Formats: sequence, structure tokens, C-alpha cells
Amino acid sequence: MDYELMQRVFPFFLEAAWITILLSVLTAVLGLICGILGTAARLSRFVVLRFLGAAYVSLFRGTPALIQLFILYFGGPQIGIQLDAFEAGVIGLGVNVGAYMTETMRGAIIAVDKGQAEAARTLGMSRWQAMRNVILPQAMRLMIRPLGVNLNALIKSTALVAAISVVELTYTAQRYIGSTYKPFEMFLIAGVLYMIIIYIVGVGVALADRKARIT
Amino acid sequence: MSNPHPFVDIRHAQKSFGTLEVLKDISLQVDRGQIVAIIGPSGSGKSTLLRAINDLDPLTGGEIWLEDKQINKSLPYRQYEKNINDVRQEIGMVFQHFNLFPHLKVRENVTLAPKMLKGLSDTEANALAEEQLTKVGMIERIDYYPSQLSGGQKQRVAIARALAMKPKVMLFDEATSALDPELVEEVNLVMKKLAEEDMTMIIVTHEMGFAESVCDRVLFMDQGVVVEEGPPDVIFRNPKNERTRNFLRKHLAGAAS
Ligand SMILES: Nc1ncnc2c1ncn2[C@@H]1O[C@H](COP(=O)(O)OP(=O)(O)OP(=O)(O)O)[C@@H](O)[C@H]1O
Ligand SMILES: [Mg+2]
Repeated sequence: MDYELMQRVFPFFLEAAWITILLSVLTAVLGLICGILGTAARLSRFVVLRFLGAAYVSLFRGTPALIQLFILYFGGPQIGIQLDAFEAGVIGLGVNVGAYMTETMRGAIIAVDKGQAEAARTLGMSRWQAMRNVILPQAMRLMIRPLGVNLNALIKSTALVAAISVVELTYTAQRYIGSTYKPFEMFLIAGVLYMIIIYIVGVGVALADRKARIT
Repeated sequence: MSNPHPFVDIRHAQKSFGTLEVLKDISLQVDRGQIVAIIGPSGSGKSTLLRAINDLDPLTGGEIWLEDKQINKSLPYRQYEKNINDVRQEIGMVFQHFNLFPHLKVRENVTLAPKMLKGLSDTEANALAEEQLTKVGMIERIDYYPSQLSGGQKQRVAIARALAMKPKVMLFDEATSALDPELVEEVNLVMKKLAEEDMTMIIVTHEMGFAESVCDRVLFMDQGVVVEEGPPDVIFRNPKNERTRNFLRKHLAGAAS
């Protein structure tokens, strides 16, 4: 192994890691927003919204994220959507992970015992009051861990945007391989940095889950 | 009091789940302060009838009235919601499995709805919670979470939660069936106390002894119809209908063994 080379390129990988982190954070935020909207649609009393929610989920979970990215980035300009690679990456991955988060959130909400909603409604609460004060606080606890799983998958899927040349970790590794012909070293650095990011996020999720359980 | 209408008035209630006819033309009038027990074999429709009273399981036919308000009036969605949320505030319901809110302490379980729906201040709501929890003997546990309580304690808190809305009627669906035998009495005592305060109550129960001691009237239901109804001493000691006799015989044999 060429340690000297690894040391020399490491600062550039660190910079790329920040891009990966930024991409992950923005994607997670967009994913959560899409997830909340998707969940609201899927649980709506209007059949049209329920249908749209279900269509969203099956469309984005039923096709490869890479194809979705390609359609947005390469196909977008054809239908008047002009995005730079980073924007396309955030929007493409965010909307994609939102479909998974929709299912996570909906699953947690319907996992709350039916008797809870009945007790709340029986006291005179409206559907929304019961949701807001009784169902959601319990569902939130149930969804922390599975959302953590979505987050983990999301961080790894940011590697896909290398294919539309966003200069994040994977793309940086590929670029240095082109000039150094040392794929083992380059992918090793990228892999270790991914692992560190994912580990820290995993610890954060576990802590949040424990805190939610205690209170 | 000269009230021409019965307090709770169920007129020709019918309910089907798909092709399964669960309630077949049931009528029941309950006056203010009356206590009615509903007994009958499993699957006879007791819970369905009780849940129809606050429209948790909406009827497929017939009418339900509380005083001068029709509960199951068919209205546009928003009006229906407003109507039903108003009426439900006046009907307390106690479930077999308590359904306390596990994320809230005992205090908040009781204060949540009065604060949200009646605009009580924290001070008012706390005083109310303390009053109701004292009544059911649970004041010492006011700062506990439901998971830290026994079944009997949970059920008493659930009763306090319902009472805090100052309901005009209380519905009990087998409030003691999920309890260990030694915890049944503490809940029964609370219900007796309500009876002495002239609370109007409709009680679905499998406990014939309790029904006999607190109720003014007993309904025996089987397969979606009221087979026989009358004062407890008649229904329990001297039932006229063969099906009632059979049910009571089997039930007493089961309870004794
Ligand atoms: N949501 C539902 N969907 C379909 N069938 C239902 C539903 N709820 C109840 N039933 C059916 O209606 C019938 C009456 O049920 P109900 O719960 O009212 O009986 P019950 O008299 O309360 O019995 P138990 O003593 O066991 O509580 C049963 O056959 C039951 O399977
Ligand atoms: Mg029942």
C-alpha cells in the first residue's frame, strides 16, 4: 500500500467528505418533507390523495434511484428542468428517500394501537386533535429506528451522484484513480470515511431512540 | 323534571358488517340516572351496540338520541364532525383494555381533553384532575405513567379521565374483564360510587352478581336482538325466556367451575 500517496490525497478526500455530508443532510431534510407529505396523503380521507400517495411510493420505490437521477439530470433539460449536478442529486435522492420515509412513518402511525384513537375520539377530540396529541407522540417513538435505517441507506446512496459528476467522496476516489492507478488505496480511503459518517449517525439515532424511550 | 324524551333513546338500531347482521332492530330507552346492564353471549352484539351510542361503530339503520340531539345524524363531513365531537364530550366511555395514553402521566391523561376541548387553564385542569383522581382513589399515583400501574389502577384512571369531561352518560364495555380477579372489586366499587351519585350508565358486563346489585334494568341480548329485558331480580331469578335461562345456567356453571 502506498501510504505516502494516501497521506498526500487525504485532505482532498476530507473536503469531498464534507460534500457527501452536505448532500446527505439536504437530502434527509427533503426526504423528511416528502415523507410527511406522502404520509399525510396516504392517510387522508380523500381517495384521490390516498391514490397519489400510493402512486408516489410505488413509483419511487419501484425503480432504481440511479435511473431516477439520470431522468432528472440528463432528461430534465428536454422538458425544461435545468439543474446543476448537485441540485439534481439533492432533489433526485431526496424525493426517492421520501418514498421510503413515507412508508416508515405511515407504518409507525398505523402501528399505534387502534384503542388510542378510539379513546381520544370518545373524549370528543377531532381527527386531527387525536392525531396530534395522542397518535403522533407515540408514533414518533416507533419511527426513530426505522428512519435511522432510511438515513443509513440514504448516506450510502449519495455515492450514486458520482454518476452525474458531483464531486463527493466516490467521485473523488474515481478521479484520483484516473491519475494514480491505485484503486485499492483510493476506495479504501473513501470507504473508511463513509464508515465514520455512518457510524456517527448510527450512534446519534441510537441515542435519540433511547431518549425517546425513557421520557 | 318533566322531560318528554328519554335521556338516551335508541330507536330501531340496525348494524351490519358486510353481510353479517350484528344488530337487528334494537330499541332501548334509558332515563336520567338509570343504570342498565347488557348481558349476553360472546358475539351477540353488546359491544357493537355500546359503540354505536357514540358512533364509534356507526349504525346502518335506526337513530340514536341523547336528550334532544341525534347522535348519528347524516350530515356533510364537517358538520358531522362538529356534531359528533360535541356529543362525544357528553358521553364517557370506558374500555375493556383501558386505552390510557401511555406517553402521558396519569395527571395529563385526565387533563388533556378538558384543557383542549373546554379551554380549562392549567390550574383549573389540575384541580379537576385531583378531584376526579381522588374520587377513584388514584390521587397518590397522579405523577405515575400508566405503565407503572396495575390493571385495576389503570381502569380507575380511565374512569377518572372520562369523568373529567363531566359526561351525562357513562358507557362501560366489560370494564373488568381484562383484570385479575383480585383487582375487579376496586373497579366495581368505583362504579357503585357513580351509581350512588345518580350517574346514567350503560354497562356491558359478564358479572351477573355486580349487574344484579347496581342495575335498575337488565337487557339480555342474543344474536343481535334483545331477547328479554326487565328488573334484575326478574331476569336473574325468574327469567321467562328459554334462551335467557340457558345462558344464565351455562354462565353460572362456568363461573362456578
Ligand atoms: N369491525 C368489525 N368488522 C366485522 N365484524 C365485526 C366487527 N366488529 C364486530 N364484528 C362482529 O359482530 C359480532 C358482534 O360483535 P360484538 O363485539 O358486538 O359482540 P359482543 O357481544 O360484544 O361479544 P363479546 O362478549 O365477545 O365482547 C361478532 O360476530 C363480531 O365478529
Ligand atoms: Mg364485546
